[in-house]
Amino acid sequence: MAKYEYTEMKDTRSGFGDGLLEAGKRNKNVVALCADLTGSLKMNDFKDAFPDRFIQAGIAEANMMGVAAGLTIGGKIPFTGTFANFSTGRVYDQIRQSIAYSGKNVKIAASHAGLTLGEDGATHQILEDIGLMKMLPGMVVINPCDYEQTKAATIAIAEFDGPVYLRFGRPKWPVFTPANQKFEIGKAVTFQEGNNVTIIATGHCVWESLKAAEELEAEGLSVEVINIHTIKPLDNDAILKSAAKTGRVVTAEEHQMNGGLGDSVAQLLARNNPTPIEYVAVDDSFGESGKPEELFEKYGLGKSSIVAAVKRVMKR
Amino acid sequence: MASIQELENTASQVRRDILRMVHAVNSGHPGGSLGCADYFTALYFEIMDYSADFKMDGKNEDLCFLSNGHISPVWYSVLARSGFFPITELSTFRKIDSRLQGHPTTHEGLPGIRIASGSLGQGMSAAIGAAMAKKMNGDTKTVYCLHGDGELQEGQIWEAAMFASHNKVDNLICTVDYNKRQIDGDTDDVLSLGNLRAKFEAFGWDVMEMEGNNMEATVSGLKEAKAKTGNGKPICILMTTEMGAGVDFMMGSHKWHGVAPNDEQLKDALSQLTETAEDY
Repeated sequence: MAKYEYTEMKDTRSGFGDGLLEAGKRNKNVVALCADLTGSLKMNDFKDAFPDRFIQAGIAEANMMGVAAGLTIGGKIPFTGTFANFSTGRVYDQIRQSIAYSGKNVKIAASHAGLTLGEDGATHQILEDIGLMKMLPGMVVINPCDYEQTKAATIAIAEFDGPVYLRFGRPKWPVFTPANQKFEIGKAVTFQEGNNVTIIATGHCVWESLKAAEELEAEGLSVEVINIHTIKPLDNDAILKSAAKTGRVVTAEEHQMNGGLGDSVAQLLARNNPTPIEYVAVDDSFGESGKPEELFEKYGLGKSSIVAAVKRVMKR
Repeated sequence: MASIQELENTASQVRRDILRMVHAVNSGHPGGSLGCADYFTALYFEIMDYSADFKMDGKNEDLCFLSNGHISPVWYSVLARSGFFPITELSTFRKIDSRLQGHPTTHEGLPGIRIASGSLGQGMSAAIGAAMAKKMNGDTKTVYCLHGDGELQEGQIWEAAMFASHNKVDNLICTVDYNKRQIDGDTDDVLSLGNLRAKFEAFGWDVMEMEGNNMEATVSGLKEAKAKTGNGKPICILMTTEMGAGVDFMMGSHKWHGVAPNDEQLKDALSQLTETAEDY
């Protein structure tokens, strides 16, 4: 029997939608803005429950970011909703000046991130957003791994004072973390302990990493699997402790190798405890149309790529 | 209530501050700052209801935003002379460790500033957000935002303009510093703005014109704009000004947009402006 089972298949964007509704119930200052993607972002329940706190921004993301920044001045806690591509690259300067530099309490909710957006293709499959956002001083960057973690993260960031980038995705994906979990910003989640190698994964790649670990354990390896949902601030202690124990690290993420989680981990290790590391990430390439699982396979993000990366790092 | 003469006196001192600030660091933007000295003076010394004991949320206060952040010297001078921070702090403008950054920011905690500006085209969106929050909070005060005319070339302005009228943000008064000049030359040569009144009207705004270098006209214009609030439309004031207003050799061209005067030019400029309060 497999070590990890999932309860159901559910999209992380629904985790956001359900978390937003809950955050709205808990705090009347929570407001939501959406750039003509209310259904895609699963914001309809919030909109129906709190019509006076929902702002339709239209296809005008730059303005949406600025309006959100302005709303914080009056004590509001705005969540902006659009695809990750339009939540970052398209509005980078607005986020940089009006939100990050100005220290505004805006929550940038970014759906359809990465290759798993699927058939829409590379124009929408942003793989650079984590890098863009983590470079901004003071910006918290979170990329949860399943429906439940996304829901918990959404509720948690509403209670956190400061700008946050929350990245999630489109496809139905295994749900394997507990309902009503406590989400601690900046705190790694260790799924299993091991002694030979550490897999550090974020987002959709966490499930793939758990499946990879099962396969590797069947071959006799002792694998530690750490879920980094908060890429910034990074849980330095958890990573350094694990790397010191296993001496081998593989990172896995649905993002460019340049600027992603792997970069953050490598920087940390290089400065504190140089450790052999292999990356599972997109290697300086745009995506293309296809099914999520096909894209994960072709661009080297799935279970087999993680297994291969572990085997490479074990030889170093 | 201040008399027109008192306001003119204050504006004269503000102009002296602007010139001395940019001269001291041989950088900054005197042209637009001088052109908007009357507007800011009228706003802070006559029109707006606010507390100089600064609170970020500005609840039950009128709020002021500056979208064209490069004219920070005029705002800094008026904020200091309104009591937001010590007037002597104007001497730190653009220097290391100062709260008076080249462009306004909340980052160093300068009282009176609610959001960073400098990268153009972003202020209207922020002002709209602040105005909408006021409505949600049952706060009936007004939000003011100033824009450069060249800045209207930024696309975000028109996203914001469309959004404000759609959402009936009628507690917002956006003023355009309509001096028809920008850093590379006349707006008509760089990228024509066309018929701004017709454009803002087409975007659903209540548009009025105002002479921005005549204190009496500025005060009455701002009062007229205030009277237009609450009628379902955002308000746009096309404020005619002269870049460099108050200093003869700085007027009539775009060349003083972002150039500081040298020692001799400063002396000449200051000789044209009465020291009505003490220089910092």
